Amino acid sequence: MNLMALEAATTGNAFTELLGGIAPEGTPTWALWLGAAGAGVGILVAFVSLVAMFSVWLERKVSAHIQCRYGPMYAGGWHGWAQTLADGVKLLLKEDMIPLGADKPLFMLAPALVLGAIFGALVALPLAPGFFFADVNMGLFLILAFSSLTTIGVVMAGWASNSKWSLYGAMREAAQVVAYEVPLGVSLFVPLMVAGTFSLTEASAAQSGWFGMHWFIFQNPFMLPAFIIFFIAALAETKRAPFDLPEAESELVAGFMTEYSGIRWSFFFMEEYAAMFLMSAVGAVFFFGGYHSPLTALFPEEATTGLLYQLVCAGTLIFKSFVGVFVMMWLRWTLPRLRIDQVMSMGYKYLTPLALVCVLGAAIWETIFA
Amino acid sequence: MTEINTPPEPPEAKTIEIPEKARTLPSGEREFMLDVSTSDLEVNMGPQHPATHGVMRILIRTDGEVVTGGQVHLGYLHRCAEKIGENVEWLQYLPYTDRYDYLSAMNNNLGYSLAVEAVMGVEIPRRATLLRTICAELNRIGSHLIAFGTYGLDIGAFTPFFYCFREREWMMALFEKICGARLTYSYIRIGGVFNDAPVGWLKEVERFCDVFEEKWQEYYDLLVVNHIFVQRTAKIGVITPEMAVDYGLTGPMLRGSGIDFDLRRDMPYMAYDEISKAGVYDVPLGRGEKGELGDCWDRVYVRVQEMMESIKIIRWCLGCIEDGPVIGDIPKVLKVPPGEAYVGIENPRGELGHYVASDGGKVAKRCRVRGPSFCNVAVLEKLLPGTFLADSVAIIGSTDVVIGETDR
Repeated sequence: MNLMALEAATTGNAFTELLGGIAPEGTPTWALWLGAAGAGVGILVAFVSLVAMFSVWLERKVSAHIQCRYGPMYAGGWHGWAQTLADGVKLLLKEDMIPLGADKPLFMLAPALVLGAIFGALVALPLAPGFFFADVNMGLFLILAFSSLTTIGVVMAGWASNSKWSLYGAMREAAQVVAYEVPLGVSLFVPLMVAGTFSLTEASAAQSGWFGMHWFIFQNPFMLPAFIIFFIAALAETKRAPFDLPEAESELVAGFMTEYSGIRWSFFFMEEYAAMFLMSAVGAVFFFGGYHSPLTALFPEEATTGLLYQLVCAGTLIFKSFVGVFVMMWLRWTLPRLRIDQVMSMGYKYLTPLALVCVLGAAIWETIFA
Repeated sequence: MTEINTPPEPPEAKTIEIPEKARTLPSGEREFMLDVSTSDLEVNMGPQHPATHGVMRILIRTDGEVVTGGQVHLGYLHRCAEKIGENVEWLQYLPYTDRYDYLSAMNNNLGYSLAVEAVMGVEIPRRATLLRTICAELNRIGSHLIAFGTYGLDIGAFTPFFYCFREREWMMALFEKICGARLTYSYIRIGGVFNDAPVGWLKEVERFCDVFEEKWQEYYDLLVVNHIFVQRTAKIGVITPEMAVDYGLTGPMLRGSGIDFDLRRDMPYMAYDEISKAGVYDVPLGRGEKGELGDCWDRVYVRVQEMMESIKIIRWCLGCIEDGPVIGDIPKVLKVPPGEAYVGIENPRGELGHYVASDGGKVAKRCRVRGPSFCNVAVLEKLLPGTFLADSVAIIGSTDVVIGETDR
């Protein structure tokens, strides 16, 4: 990334402004940019880790309560809130194992690629009007491209492990993602047409009216089917049940993760939860008003630049995303798993044509009524 | 001497002839690019694999996702149970019977006791017979709960497993109250049962029946008629009635194929003659409701229905149980008169037969077990070719084998 692009990416960013305010007079601009980028990366990593940790804890609690159990109760005191932290420490301290006969460089690269890709995808996510890491005008493209990159990591992991079960997992992942990228992308055309922009920042900003309820989902009758298709495809994309075939533990032991252990394994784990959060956030931004809610609409116009407003906005979006994450967990602990041919036929025969129909219908609707 | 110590030459690796059926999908489509040269992948499913329910090893040959052949390897849990039966005293063998099919230990105790009693020709007190029936049927429910719950796990549904364990926990608590053990009971003894039921136990069994009937509906709605579950199990692993008879299948495997054969009714033992004649329970049969006759769904359906039939039997027994002795006049050191007997009982998994022969001593001359899982597992090699990898897991699960008993 050259400096021009960096400037473009970080202009208007809260970090740049913050750093500009506290940096001594005469600091070169590039230093400010670099500082802002560094701080952004740091905050992003911390954010993803926190989201993943909270999601893991949430999943354990949700699954436990669905299954008449308590889940973690002791670590940290209150409802085992520190359980994931303890697990993380344990995973960090575990022996670093690479199976004999594995393709060592690929084996080590795969988890890093998977996790790095999800960090990259989250860059384009605006949590609040002035609370983003980069205002990319093709934000959605960036997110979809980066989240497809995780697939390459998974296939890499499956191949490098030198295990047949891992290979199966990788094959399934490749087939499944190719089948579901199409409906995922096509179903997002519908909100894109309403929003008229690929930028998540602009799409969020466009949904501020109607006392914070001017959400895209209410603006076009084809939005709801498009959202359902998007959600199903997002489940398949993030390898969540009932599409968890790449790691189907009763069939493939643990799929592509079979040979992984310790911190490398936890990278895959973190990626899964970060991807769930990301997909829910994209759904929230493009269907459910982004960071807008009646709560944020309470703020008067002049208060919208304040920190409190930004925090409320960020909280709103994170809450909406976690509602999506919760639904994903709920589905996982309720439904059995599909078979690979059923997954394929659902993706190609039903979701893709339906998504195309939605796009066509939405386009006609937009032409006539908007 | 060296000949004994050197292991025999391994037999020629059996090449599995890939049938034409295996190259085509169950729907009849041929969807393989035959001009692309690919090689089949041989995968060891097990002995350490979550879907084999123990230490069964299945050597699976796959072409992509399609299984083209499977060979079942048994023996990882062999503990010489039958030979032990010929070396320990009659009563001492009872705890070993607990351990072959550890999910239905009561039924195993019962089978062995009935066989020995048949040689001895002793009279069993009425209360003991009814207590035995209640315990055997409760144990059948517990065993089917495990079969059903783990089958959900195989298909990818986690939650029903925990619901099943919740009820099974109560069942095990009931057994703990009556005999002190939760898994290996040794409660049913030669001549009767170990001790009388504690005060209030029968009332609690009745309460269990009431609650279970409600919970049963939960399982049924949650999993048995779940659309994805039906899609995954219907038309998969079809065992035709002829095939079921040819392979000597018994239990829910046989009834899932629509063959009306239940040892409790057709070769009655204990009070089952009376119970069957009173029309207390029905024998649920697979009818091919969701797919074809004898598919995986039918087998699961039969097991789920059998739980309710067991509840009916337990209620009947509770209705007519009276006070009285619970064990016949059996000496401490048992000597069985010369003779032999074979008694087959309806285990949760099928016909559990015990053949015992005595020469009049304190130790059995021959003790042979016909295990239902061992006979049922043979059909796998026939069913696996031509299925998807995920289906093979569904099929293995639907046979409901307990490796402790196939290997003994």
